Amino acid sequence: MQMTAEQSGTKYHLVTITVNGDPYTRAVKANTLLVNLLRDDLDLTGTKKGCELGDCGSCTVHLDGKPVNSCLVLALEADGREITTIEGVSQGSELDTIQKSFLENTAVQCGYCTPGMIMSAKALLERNPNPTELEVREAIAGNLCRCTGYVNIVKAILAAAEKQNKEQ
Amino acid sequence: MYLPDFEYYAPATVNEACELLAKLGPGAKVLAGGTDILSKMKQDQLSLDAVVSIKNFNQLTEIVENDKGDVIIGARVTHNSLIDSPVLQKKYPSICHTAHQMANNQVRNTGTIGGNIVNAVPSADLPPILIALGAQVKLVGTGGERILPLEDFFTGPNESVIKQDEILTEFIIEKQSLTGSNYLKFALRRSGALAVAGVAVAVAMDGNTCTKARIVMGAVAPTPARAKGAEQFLAGKEVTDELLEEVGNRAAAESKPISDIRGSAEYRRDLVGVLTRRALKKAISEGHV
Ligand SMILES: Cc1cc2nc3c(=O)[nH]c(=O)nc-3n(C[C@H](O)[C@H](O)[C@H](O)COP(=O)(O)OP(=O)(O)OC[C@H]3O[C@@H](n4cnc5c(N)ncnc54)[C@H](O)[C@@H]3O)c2cc1C
Ligand code: FES
Ligand code: FES
Repeated sequence: MQMTAEQSGTKYHLVTITVNGDPYTRAVKANTLLVNLLRDDLDLTGTKKGCELGDCGSCTVHLDGKPVNSCLVLALEADGREITTIEGVSQGSELDTIQKSFLENTAVQCGYCTPGMIMSAKALLERNPNPTELEVREAIAGNLCRCTGYVNIVKAILAAAEKQNKEQ
Repeated sequence: MYLPDFEYYAPATVNEACELLAKLGPGAKVLAGGTDILSKMKQDQLSLDAVVSIKNFNQLTEIVENDKGDVIIGARVTHNSLIDSPVLQKKYPSICHTAHQMANNQVRNTGTIGGNIVNAVPSADLPPILIALGAQVKLVGTGGERILPLEDFFTGPNESVIKQDEILTEFIIEKQSLTGSNYLKFALRRSGALAVAGVAVAVAMDGNTCTKARIVMGAVAPTPARAKGAEQFLAGKEVTDELLEEVGNRAAAESKPISDIRGSAEYRRDLVGVLTRRALKKAISEGHV
């Protein structure tokens, strides 16, 4: 991190992050949140904002492979680190197994929680390819869904795990 | 929700950070995981001129057991790293189980043990179990370092003995004769909810006799508090169900809960009795769980 110019009394810092494999360098203010850097500066609006206090998980991204709430991380704290957002989950236009499974199992209604849900689910299956239902529920406990009642989301994640295990 | 403006520093060394904190004064605070400090700033509960990030202090993310058998936990260790630590899983799984009961997965990946302590929130989950295990904290400031029992760290809600220029760098759990420990939390939801009451216990057993006991209550007093009367009553006695019931009642009587949105004082006191009895049972029969 380097300090850059002071513009009309406001200090800007340089931040370099890798998002979905692509490196970006931007000048940000100290109070810029990672979620706002992603959405406003990089136009990656798949990551949502809900509560903005760490409760709802709609802003979930992977920071060095781990799911975190990007509404509670300063952009400057992510300097030099790797971020994966929902835009980085599919292989080009080919959806990821988890994304397909959400569609097949009607785990998406309004869709607002879905990016965060999928980031949490993906992190879970990377760590634990054979989760129990309880482990699935625990992994998405920080992701609130106002529509589905969670049943189909849990089903979708378990089905995705099964499919991934068969493919391997 | 946007954050107000503030200055950001990310010094390379702990000493530099202490000097910065001293120079900047009370308008500057340490930034660890940010899960608490950033939430508070967004909600206008805290206003700061500057934050001093400790993200460069990688040595503070380690958990090691030294050759004396002491366990050292760095202040920047996240809750999920506590859960995943092979050292803790072997020696004090009760700490892993406590961390597992906290917040949600995303917050556990950023929130740190140091932040949980320095915050000094009466309902925080890690203080009771760490005090029960006799943990000490190392504070480093411009004038050098000091080590004190975590039990003596808290002075009131959101207040502790830490000075403006000090950084909590590590927790030390000395090798000890305790045979079991456990933390039980009661919250209104299983995830992402603060404790209505929490009780941590640690015991040393000799056969069926409890030779030493520590009982630490959370969320039922201005600071995490030991139930010393109940501890003394238990120590030296042969353990029976009736005895544990009585120990629970005594701990409940020693608690000083308040009524708030999460529960009434009466309810909290009742919880302390039940949690104490159950936590003791587990620590006595199952070890550090
Ligand atoms: C959704 C949500 C759920 C939560 N659930 C729980 C829960 O179940 N149980 C619970 O106990 N807590 C919970 N918390 C509170 C919080 O996440 C924890 O207390 C966490 O451990 C704070 O750590 P942090 O690293 O994020 O602290 P920060 O926010 O970075 O810092 C907190 C305070 O400590 C100071 N500080 C931090 N580290 C140091 C250091 N090394 N030296 C000196 N000062 C330092 C900071 O200056 C600040 O004042 C929750 C928070 C959220 C947002
Ligand atoms: S917007 Fe980040 S957790 Fe709700
Ligand atoms: S699908 Fe609408 S919030 Fe989850």
